[in-house]
Amino acid sequence: MSKACEKAYRLALLVVLLAAGVLLERAGLIEYLSDPFEIDYTLRLMGQHIRMVVVSMVMATALGLMLGIIFSRPKFKRYTGVIMYVVGLGQTIPSLAVIALAMSFLGIGFKAAIFALFIYSVLPIARNTLAGITAVPPWVIDAAKGMGMSASRILFQVEIPHSMSVILAGFRVSLVINIGTAALAFLIGAGGLGEHIFIGIDLMRYDKLLAGAIPTTLLALLADYLCELLGFLIIPKGLRLQQET
Amino acid sequence: MIFKSASSASIQAIEGERIGNVNTLNFIHENADMCWTLTLEHIGIVAFSVFLAALIAIPTGVAITRHDKIAKKIMNGANIFMTIPSIALFGLMLPVLSLIGHGLGKVPAVIALIVYSQLPIIRNTFVGIKNVPPELVDAGRGLGMNGWTRLREIEIPLAIPVIVAGLRTAAVMNIGIAAIAAYIGAGGLGVFIQQGIARAYEEMIMTGAIMVAVLAIFVDASMALLENILTPKGVKIGRTLGQ
Repeated sequence: MSKACEKAYRLALLVVLLAAGVLLERAGLIEYLSDPFEIDYTLRLMGQHIRMVVVSMVMATALGLMLGIIFSRPKFKRYTGVIMYVVGLGQTIPSLAVIALAMSFLGIGFKAAIFALFIYSVLPIARNTLAGITAVPPWVIDAAKGMGMSASRILFQVEIPHSMSVILAGFRVSLVINIGTAALAFLIGAGGLGEHIFIGIDLMRYDKLLAGAIPTTLLALLADYLCELLGFLIIPKGLRLQQET
Repeated sequence: MIFKSASSASIQAIEGERIGNVNTLNFIHENADMCWTLTLEHIGIVAFSVFLAALIAIPTGVAITRHDKIAKKIMNGANIFMTIPSIALFGLMLPVLSLIGHGLGKVPAVIALIVYSQLPIIRNTFVGIKNVPPELVDAGRGLGMNGWTRLREIEIPLAIPVIVAGLRTAAVMNIGIAAIAAYIGAGGLGVFIQQGIARAYEEMIMTGAIMVAVLAIFVDASMALLENILTPKGVKIGRTLGQ
C-alpha cells in the first residue's frame, strides 16, 4: 500500500514538474533567459538582491543578538515583558509600510532599503534571543555557578549554546521575511529581483515576471533549507538528541 | 548671496513639510471618504480570506491530530508555501490565473491570503487539540462519549483559545500581505502606498503606511480580546490557580 502511494506520489511530482516546464516554455521564460543580455541583467538584479539581504541581515543579527543578550541580564530583567510587547507590536507593522516609511524619511535608493530591511529583521532575532535565554532552565545556570563560572562564561558557554535552536529559528524567520521584503525594495529604487516582478506586472509580460518571481522563490526556499543545515552545525549535539527523543 | 539664502530657505521649507505630520492629518481629513472606503475594502479582503482559510484549515488541523505522520507532512508542505515571498507568489499565480481571466484583481489576492493562512491555523488547531490533557479525554470516554462527541464537547472547547490565536496570527499577517496586493489591483489601503510612491506624494505614503500599521495593531488587539472572551471559564480559573 505504502509502496503504491510512494509510486503515485513520484508520478504526480513528475507530472507537475512537466506541466510547470510546459507552462514556463509557453510563457516564454526559457526564451527570455536564453537572451545573453537578459540573463546578465537578471543575474545583476539577483546580485543586488543578495547584497541587500546579506548587508541588512549581518547588521540585524549583530544588533538583535546584542539587544536580546542585554535585556536578558538580571539588571534589565524587569523590562523583559515590556520589550517583548513592543517587539510584538513592531512585528505587526506590514513590510510595505516599513519600506514606504523608510522612503519618506531617507529618500530613494540602496541605503533607505537597507535601513528598512535592517529595522524589520532585527525584531524576530532580538525577540527569539531574549525568549531563548530566558527559557534556559535555572538549575542549569545554578550548576554552572556551582562550578565557579564567571557571568560571561555562563553567558557564552551555557546560556547561548542552550538557546541556540530558538535563536536560529528567529534568524530563519527573519531571513525568509527579509528576502521577501527585499523584493519590494525595487519600489524605493534599490533594484533587486522585484524589478523584474513589478515591471513584469505593469507590462503584463509573463516571461519577465517569472524571471523575477521564480529566482526570488528559490532564494527564499534555499535560505530556509540552509538555515536547517546550519542547525546541524551550531546546535550542540546534546540538545539535538534531547529534542529528538 | 540673496540667491543662496532664498534657495536654502526654500529647502528648509521643503524639509519642514517633509517632517511635519500636520500635512498627513490634513490629507486624511480631506480624503476621509477615500480612507474609509479603502479601509473597508482592506478589511473585507482580509476577513473574507481568513474566513475561507479557517473553513479549510480547522477541519484539516482536527483531522491530522489522529495521524501524526500525515500531520508532519502537511505542516511541512504549508511551511514551504509560507516561505514563498508574497509578491513572488502573486507573480507565479498571475500567468496561471490569467488562463481563467483572473490574473489581476481580488481573486489572486484572496487565494494568496488563503494559502498563507494555512500554516498558522493548521498548526495552532493541531497543537491546541494535542495539548488537551489526556485525562480529560479519558474522562469523556468514561462518560460514554464517542469520538465525535468527545471532539465537540471536550477537545474543541479547550483548544478554542489556541485556534483563535492562530486566526489572529493569520489575520495580522494577511493585513500586511493585502497591502502588497494593491500592486496586482486588489485595492485596499495599499493603494495609498502604491499611488503615493508613484507620485512621490509623501503625505499619501504616510497615510497609507500609518493606516495599515494601525489596522494591523487594532486587529491584533481585538483578536486578543476575542481570544480572552472565548476561553472557557474553567480554563481561566485553572490558570489563576496554577499561578
